[in-house]
Amino acid sequence: MLQDGLIMYEDSFEKINLILDELMKNSKSECVFLVDKSGQLITMRGNMEQFDSTAFASLSAGNFAATSELAKLIGETEFSVLFHEGVKDSIHISIVAGSIIMVVVFRVVKTSLGLVRLEVKKSVEHLAHVLKEMVERSKRDGQIKKLDESFTQAIENEIDSLFKD
Amino acid sequence: MSLINYASREINCKIVYYGPGLGGKTTNIKYVYKQIDPSARGKLVSLATEADRTLFFDFLPLDLGQVQGFKTRFHLYTVPGQVHYDASRRLILKGADGVVFVADAQRERLEQNIESLENLRVNLISQNLDPETIPFVMQYNKMDLANVMSSEELEQQLNPKGYLSFEAIAVEGIGVFDTLKAISKLVLKAISEGR
Repeated sequence: MLQDGLIMYEDSFEKINLILDELMKNSKSECVFLVDKSGQLITMRGNMEQFDSTAFASLSAGNFAATSELAKLIGETEFSVLFHEGVKDSIHISIVAGSIIMVVVFRVVKTSLGLVRLEVKKSVEHLAHVLKEMVERSKRDGQIKKLDESFTQAIENEIDSLFKD
Repeated sequence: MSLINYASREINCKIVYYGPGLGGKTTNIKYVYKQIDPSARGKLVSLATEADRTLFFDFLPLDLGQVQGFKTRFHLYTVPGQVHYDASRRLILKGADGVVFVADAQRERLEQNIESLENLRVNLISQNLDPETIPFVMQYNKMDLANVMSSEELEQQLNPKGYLSFEAIAVEGIGVFDTLKAISKLVLKAISEGR
C-alpha cells in the first residue's frame, strides 16, 4: 500500500491523536502506539515514560511481520489481531487500513481484553478513514521534491560531524 | 519507507545491512553504537541466539539532532545472514530506504557473497523495492585477513555496476563510518529528490 514513503501532515496528525486519546480513555488503557510496517513510530499517546518507544515500535513491527508469515504458512493472509498477556500489563496489536500497526498497552487490573478489543474495533474505522486520506495526499506530494537543497546540505554536514571515529 | 512527519517535525529513514552469515553486519552496528555520542543513539536491540548469531535482527536508532527545525533519525537494521533465515531477511527489508551489503572479502567466501547478493535482489523485489534504484553501498570487510581477494577482483566479481564501495576491517572500526556516511547521504538524496 505504501512504498514511496509516508508524509504526515499536521491536520491528519491532530485527527489521529484525537482518535487515539479517545480510544485510550474509553478502553482505560495506558498507552497507544501507531507504527508503520517498516518499524517507524508514527505517533504515541499516553504514559510512555517507562518504555523506550523507538525500540518498542521496531519490535512491534518485527513481531507483527513474523506472525504474518506464520499466518501465511497455514494459508491465512495475516493475523489481524495479536494479544500478549502479561502479569501486570498486556499488549493488544491490530492492523489499521492494511498497512499501519496499532499497539495498545493496558493494565490487567484496570480494564479487560474484551473492552480493549471493542474500543479498538470502533477506533479502527475512524483511523482507517484519516489514514487513507493521508496516504493519498502523501502519494500526490511524493511526486514533488520533498526537501530543499539547503536542508539536504545542512543534514550532510551533520552526518559528517556525527558519523566519525 | 521514509516517514516525514510535519507535525512532530521528524524525518525517519531505514537502512538495512545485508550480506552472508559471519560477514560482519552486526560488528558494523556494534562499532557505531560504541563510538557514537550516547546522546545521538538509542538502545541497541539484538535478537540473537545464545551463540550470539543474529536470529531476527539488530536494531540501532541514530539521531542527527535538529536540522532546520527537523529531527532526522536513521534506523539501522541488520538481517540474519545464515541461509535458512530467509523468511526473516525478507521481513526486515520491508520499507528499507537504503541497503549496505557487507561482503566477506575472503576468497573462500566468494560464492556465499554472490548467493547473498542474488538473494538480496530477489527479496527486494518481493518487498516491491527496485534493486536497480534503491540507494546501495558495498563494503568489503575483513580486509586484514591473509586470504582476501584484491579490491579489483572484488569489484569485478561483486560490484560490476560500480556502486560506491569501501574496504573495511569492521572489528577495528576501519571503513565502518565511511560506509554509514555514504549510505546516509544517498538515502537523503533519494528522499529529497522524491524518489
